[in-house]
Amino acid sequence: MSVPRNVVEGSEAVAEAVRQCKPRVIAAYPITPQTHIVETLAKMIADGKLDAEMIRVESEHSAMAACIGSEAVGLRSYTATASQGLALMHEMLFIASGMRLPVVMTVANRALSAPINIWNDQQDSIASRDSGWIQIYVENAQEAYDTHIQAFKIAEEVHNPVMICLDGFVVSHTYENVRFEEDSEIERFLPEYKPMFSLNPKKPVTMGSLGTPEYFMYFRRQQQETLESSKSVIKRVNREFAKTFKRKYGNGLVEGINLEGKTHAIITLGSLTGTIREIAEEEKIGIIRIKSFRPFPAEELRELCQNLESLAVIEKDVSIGANGAVYDEVRSALYSLEERPKVSGFIAGLGGRDITLQNIRDIIKKVKSGFDGVEWVM
Amino acid sequence: MKIQRSEKMNEKEKNVTPGAVVTEAGSAERNKTGSWRTFRPKITDKCVGCGICTWYCPEDCIQIKEINGKKRAVVNYDYCKGCLICMNECPQNAIEKERER
Repeated sequence: MSVPRNVVEGSEAVAEAVRQCKPRVIAAYPITPQTHIVETLAKMIADGKLDAEMIRVESEHSAMAACIGSEAVGLRSYTATASQGLALMHEMLFIASGMRLPVVMTVANRALSAPINIWNDQQDSIASRDSGWIQIYVENAQEAYDTHIQAFKIAEEVHNPVMICLDGFVVSHTYENVRFEEDSEIERFLPEYKPMFSLNPKKPVTMGSLGTPEYFMYFRRQQQETLESSKSVIKRVNREFAKTFKRKYGNGLVEGINLEGKTHAIITLGSLTGTIREIAEEEKIGIIRIKSFRPFPAEELRELCQNLESLAVIEKDVSIGANGAVYDEVRSALYSLEERPKVSGFIAGLGGRDITLQNIRDIIKKVKSGFDGVEWVM
Repeated sequence: MKIQRSEKMNEKEKNVTPGAVVTEAGSAERNKTGSWRTFRPKITDKCVGCGICTWYCPEDCIQIKEINGKKRAVVNYDYCKGCLICMNECPQNAIEKERER
């Protein structure tokens, strides 16, 4: 039987999920809007509710380095960051994924400096998209709770780190009804971590060795194939989770909402989906929410989009000098369709600017009248 | 999209471990790495076999051996990178450098 619903902050929901997954090591550095997550976990450790080593590091670069070290000896490890912290960690992201260590990290999405801005957009995690991490975007606190439990399972099965991205403040600091599951249920769902290799003097191995030009491309291709094959694991874990806990998020990679009989749809990531849901029925549009941005669900998108006339991508990031990253990747994925929908791109909500229902109505109006360019929603 | 392999996986790629983990100890011994050297340390007859160079050698490739009843440093040139720390540290000034040809 499930524990009754709790009114908690998104960050507390994340911390509760992490506690139930029992990481042995947590290494983190505080940064807005991630702070409440690690703060809550620190309290749990101090109160004896979680048996983990909390390593208080001097930077995010060190936080990830510490997680890499603890994963290398075979311990489940967790960290959380945002914005500048994720940027400072960038070098270590590639090392965690290259060494195939299943670190799980929460990113409370926030704008990147300069100018300094603590509010929400998704520039930080989008800028880390090439780092070989699985990247999953969640819509609300319940999904954040559920996805963290799934993330440890996915990471440890695929032997690849997973980044769960949730919108800073919008999800991290908002109080919502969240259903927590019993510790024993989580324990059943998430098996004990069995590392592929670990540092152990009784059976010595070398980790982090040199990859000469002769070998390097083999390792990169292996990572590419790993992320490709992680799609089936993400889908399966989503199904298993639904079976156990009765909550399901699309097929784990993408979620099609209200698409039945629709000719126009909006694609987006994260919490913005909730805003669009409000008016989807009334405006007669479908929504496609990309849950897994890495691996990118190109095939699934082609399937969902093949009967659409037009598609608007609304995203809270911009690849400065090109377009929105999601827009470019969605267009690229649909290019191989014989008949493809018109795709328009909307850069919105940067640095915490509100995306209102009126903004979305305007976008829908534009898209329905055949617009297929890129526009900034100011 | 599925990755299109341009060729079959060759033996080298098959041996690639996830995360580039080297699963056996001692692989550094199998791969002789002394070919980078520009200078080689040369132990002269001034050597008294005190062993200070063996402690300082970052590659751990100097050993004290007994030659004709006398202790003496012997460099393993298969692994010596020619950093010359041994020459710098030798209290007897018994190590000289020679350019590799």
